[in-house]
Amino acid sequence: MKIKASALGALAMAAVVTAALPGAAQNDQGEKPSFLRNEYQAVKPEKANPLTELISGYFFRSRETQALQDDDFLNPGFLWVEQGQDLWSKPEGEAGKSCADCHQDAAATMKGVGASYPKVQPDGKLANLEGRINLCRTQYMKAPELKYDSDPLLALTAYVRHQSRGMPVKVAIDGTAAPYFEKGKEFYYTRRGQLDFSCASCHETNYGHYLRADFLSQGQSNGFPTYRLKWQKLGSLHRRLEGCVQDTRGETFKRGSEEFLALELYLAWRGQGLPVETPSVRQ
Amino acid sequence: MSTAVKPRVKAPAKASKGEIFEVKTLVNHEMESGQRKDRQGAVIPRKIIKKFTARYNGRVVFSCDWYPSISSNPYLAFNIKADESGTIQYVWEDDDGTLYEAESKLAVN
Repeated sequence: MKIKASALGALAMAAVVTAALPGAAQNDQGEKPSFLRNEYQAVKPEKANPLTELISGYFFRSRETQALQDDDFLNPGFLWVEQGQDLWSKPEGEAGKSCADCHQDAAATMKGVGASYPKVQPDGKLANLEGRINLCRTQYMKAPELKYDSDPLLALTAYVRHQSRGMPVKVAIDGTAAPYFEKGKEFYYTRRGQLDFSCASCHETNYGHYLRADFLSQGQSNGFPTYRLKWQKLGSLHRRLEGCVQDTRGETFKRGSEEFLALELYLAWRGQGLPVETPSVRQ
Repeated sequence: MSTAVKPRVKAPAKASKGEIFEVKTLVNHEMESGQRKDRQGAVIPRKIIKKFTARYNGRVVFSCDWYPSISSNPYLAFNIKADESGTIQYVWEDDDGTLYEAESKLAVN
């Protein structure tokens, strides 16, 4: 009887140990994400940030996906960065100007710019990099706006943001940006869709856990535009946000809409201090 | 990607005789499988790169056939043994017959 009891005790212990091992579940590539292997670098957030540590989406992905991002030659996102480099000095529009005519060498003039967007523009409206590029096109180049998520706009956005790679994200949330920040924060915590999920339901309280086959990250925006293997191409943050809202079975917003812009600002602040990874590679 | 197809190759410029070196290639191509439909329900015609060949001083040292399940913007890496100085040519053959070409020079000592 005594032996039986202790054997049961051992069984119970084993069950507890298995349950506590987060590595029990593996992703579909058969390789645990580095977050579960406890091999990740975290950035300490500011006091006001609800997260205790900031972790890039990079550490939530498999070794294979990380390898794609680590080597600039393998990284297919660079196809767009290169295209952006070509577009940078290509004159367009009635004014006959290119980006380079005003901004010269992007490696110098655009360094750090991508890390500080979205930003309130002189007209008082919040714009992200895509919006700023289109603003330049319509105002100074007298060229038509580029379509959101079109290859040329993705290419230019990726090229500009790539100039800030490795630099910490730092956005202004005070002054004229404050109302947008509040709006973004409200969006983040608002439950929506038939599933009644807010952004926080997955990315604040449940990151590092599996949602069925999906391994939840913190939903950080430091790697965008990102080459998503599912998309088989580079895509904007707003495309991803659209997917997120659809996943809650909610009605989504337009890419480039004020709602998503405000959310983009709030997300950037939540990841303030994380290095820009553009162009990153994700699952 | 809708822009012009531009293959990229990363290969060493020099190697010692008998050395086995790695060549990495990447080409931007949509690799449309022919299995997808557009919003109107019409099949999007297949357009993939169907063959890749590497020639080392004119001699085929590596080749492969590709099929619709290959991802877009395909990446390919393979090994070649260095035995003489010369040129390595890389050719990607599209469904429509277009050839995308690249080459690299190798000095063997």
